[in-house]
Amino acid sequence: RCLGSLGKAAPSTSQLSSRLYGTLLAPEANQQVDPTVINDKLITEPLRHPDFFNVKELFSLKELFDARVHLGHKKGCRHGFMEPYIFGCRLDQDIIDLDQTMKHLQLALNFTAHVAYRKGIILFISRNRQFGHLVEVTARDCGEYAHTRYWQGGLLTNAHIQYGTGIRLPDLLIFISTLNNVFEPHVAIRDAAKMNIPTVGVVDTNCNPSIITYPIPGNDDSPLAVELYCRLFKMTITRAKNKRKQMEVLYGLQNKADSS
Amino acid sequence: MAAAVRRVLRASRAWSAAPRARAAPGAQTLRLIYTTTAVQKRNVAASGPEKYTEAFIKNQIEEFNLGKRHLANMMGEDPETFTQEDIDKAIAYLFPSGLFEKRARPIMKHPTEIFPKQKAIQWGEDHRPFHFLFYTGKQSFYSLMHEIYGKLLDIQKYEDHLRAQSLLAENRKLINLIGSRWLIKEELEEMLVEKLSDHDYSMCIQLLERLVTLPCCGIEEEYVLKFRRELSIQLKKMVIEPLQYDEQGVAFSTGEGKRKTSRATAVIYDNGSGKITVNGVDYLYYFPVMQDREQLMFPFQFLDRLGIHDMICTVSGGGRSSQAGAIRLASARALCSFITENEVEFMRQAGLLTADPRVRERKKPGQEGARRKFTWKKR
Repeated sequence: RCLGSLGKAAPSTSQLSSRLYGTLLAPEANQQVDPTVINDKLITEPLRHPDFFNVKELFSLKELFDARVHLGHKKGCRHGFMEPYIFGCRLDQDIIDLDQTMKHLQLALNFTAHVAYRKGIILFISRNRQFGHLVEVTARDCGEYAHTRYWQGGLLTNAHIQYGTGIRLPDLLIFISTLNNVFEPHVAIRDAAKMNIPTVGVVDTNCNPSIITYPIPGNDDSPLAVELYCRLFKMTITRAKNKRKQMEVLYGLQNKADSS
Repeated sequence: MAAAVRRVLRASRAWSAAPRARAAPGAQTLRLIYTTTAVQKRNVAASGPEKYTEAFIKNQIEEFNLGKRHLANMMGEDPETFTQEDIDKAIAYLFPSGLFEKRARPIMKHPTEIFPKQKAIQWGEDHRPFHFLFYTGKQSFYSLMHEIYGKLLDIQKYEDHLRAQSLLAENRKLINLIGSRWLIKEELEEMLVEKLSDHDYSMCIQLLERLVTLPCCGIEEEYVLKFRRELSIQLKKMVIEPLQYDEQGVAFSTGEGKRKTSRATAVIYDNGSGKITVNGVDYLYYFPVMQDREQLMFPFQFLDRLGIHDMICTVSGGGRSSQAGAIRLASARALCSFITENEVEFMRQAGLLTADPRVRERKKPGQEGARRKFTWKKR
C-alpha cells in the first residue's frame, strides 16, 4: 500500500492517501459503475503525456528575468550544492542559471498539477515573514493549505497523537522559502523525507537542495519573484482541478452513453 | 498435569488465558499466551478528555427542554414561561442540599453551560481538513492573526489611496480606546476555543495595538471593539449626598461608620446647639470617659462647627472605644454634605474619612495568643 517512491511522477494510486494512521484501511465500497474503466481513463490518461496540463505556457524566460528570479545572494553565502545551478558570479553576487530554472520549474509545476489533479493535499510552507500573508492568501484561493508559522516538532512525524486518529497528511509540500528564520534548512524538509512526502521548493543560493524532490533554483527574497511563484502555483493548481472536473464530467457522460 | 494447571488458572479471575494463533506462512504453531486483565483493560486516562459529538449535545439539549416542561408541570407553572431562575428555585426546593460547596449541589442548566465547548471533527469524508490553516496546529488563533493582518494591509492601502489624492490629513479616523481594555488571555482562549501560550497572546495584542496606531483605523472600528472590554468605573470617587430637609425645614444628613465590630449611623441636624444623643441617651451618660467624648467632638472641632449642629446617633456592637470611633467616622461622613470640597479634602488629609482597617487578629494554634508564643523552656 505504501508506495511512496520519490522517483515516480505521481503518488500512489489508492483512493485514500497511503498515510492514514490509526484506522484500518477498510475495503472501499465502490460507487463507480465501471471502476477499471474510469480509473484507467481518469488517472492513467494524464500520465501518458509529458506535459498534460501545458504548464510551459504559464511562464517565459523574460518573465522570470523581469521578476528578478536570477538574482542570488553574495558569494560568501553560497551553498556548495547550489554550484551546478549557478550561472556565474558578478561583483560578488551569484546569478542563477535561468535555463536550468525553466526546466526545473516546468517539472515542478507539472508535478504539482498532477498531485492537484489526483485531489492530493498540498501544503505551502514559507517562514519568510515578509511573504507569510501572501502565501496564506494564495493557499486559501487555491483551496489548499498553508503553514507560515512556527513549526511544531511532531506535526508530520507525530501527527496521530497531536491531531487524533484518522488524520490525512499532506501529499505534497511546496516551500516558497526553504530556510527558516535562523537561516537553517526548514525542519519540514527532513520530516517530509522521513514520511515519504514529496517536496517542491524554491532554493536560493544559500539553501541546500539535496533532499528536496523538485528543487527550483531561484530567488526567494524579492517580492516580485515570490509573487510570481505564488501566481504560477495558484494557476497550475486551479487549472489541474478544473481539468479534473472536466474529465469526470467527460467520462461520466461517456459512461452513460456506453451503458444506455 | 498441564490441563489441571490451566483449569486452576481459569477459575481465578485475575488470570485469563488468551490463546492466540500465530500462523506464520508455512508453519502451523499455536502459542498459548497468558495475560492479566490489567493489561487487557483499555487505558482510559491516556485517551484524553472525553469528546462529545454534535449528535450527543443535540440529544442533551432536547432532553433538557423536555425536562424543563415536566418540571414546570410538576411545580404547577406555565411551561412556556419557565425561566432558568424558576428552574433553579424548583431544583433547590425539590432537592434540598446541605452541602457547603455550591458547585456540588444538584443543578439543571442548559447543556452548553455544562459540557465544555469543544471542537468538532476537523475534516470531511474525503479526510481533507476544512480549514486552510489546519496543519499549523492552532488554526483559529492563526486565522485570527491572518485576518487582523489582512485588515491592517487593507487600511494601509486605503491610506495610500487617500495620500495619493492628498486627502489624508482631513480623513483621519481614530478609534476611541479610553474606558476599555484589551481581552485577557483567558477571554481570548474562550473566544477561540483553543489553548494559547503567553507569547501567542502578546503577539496578538501587539498586532492589534499596531492596527490601532494607524491614522485611518476607524474603518475597522467595530471589528477592533470586539477585542475590547469596558472597564468599570475605576475611580471610586466619594459621592457626597445632598442635604435633605425634614418637616420643619431643618437641613439634615446621615452617615454610616464602623470600627472593629461596631456599626454606627449618625444624623446631623442644622440649627442646633451641639447636643449629641447616642442610642436615646445623652452622650455624657453613654460615654462617661472623656477620651470617647473627645472622639465624638473631633470632626466638629476640626471644622469649627462645635455649637452649630445637633446629632442623633445609633450604635451597636464592639466596646466603648470602638463605638466612639464608629460614631466619629459616621458623623464625619454626614458632615461632608454641609461643607465645601476643600474642607472635605482637609478632612480626608486629617484621616477623618478613612475607616480604620485594624481588626482583632485571630489566635493561632501552637501559640498562646495572636503573637504571644508559649513560654520557651530550654529543657
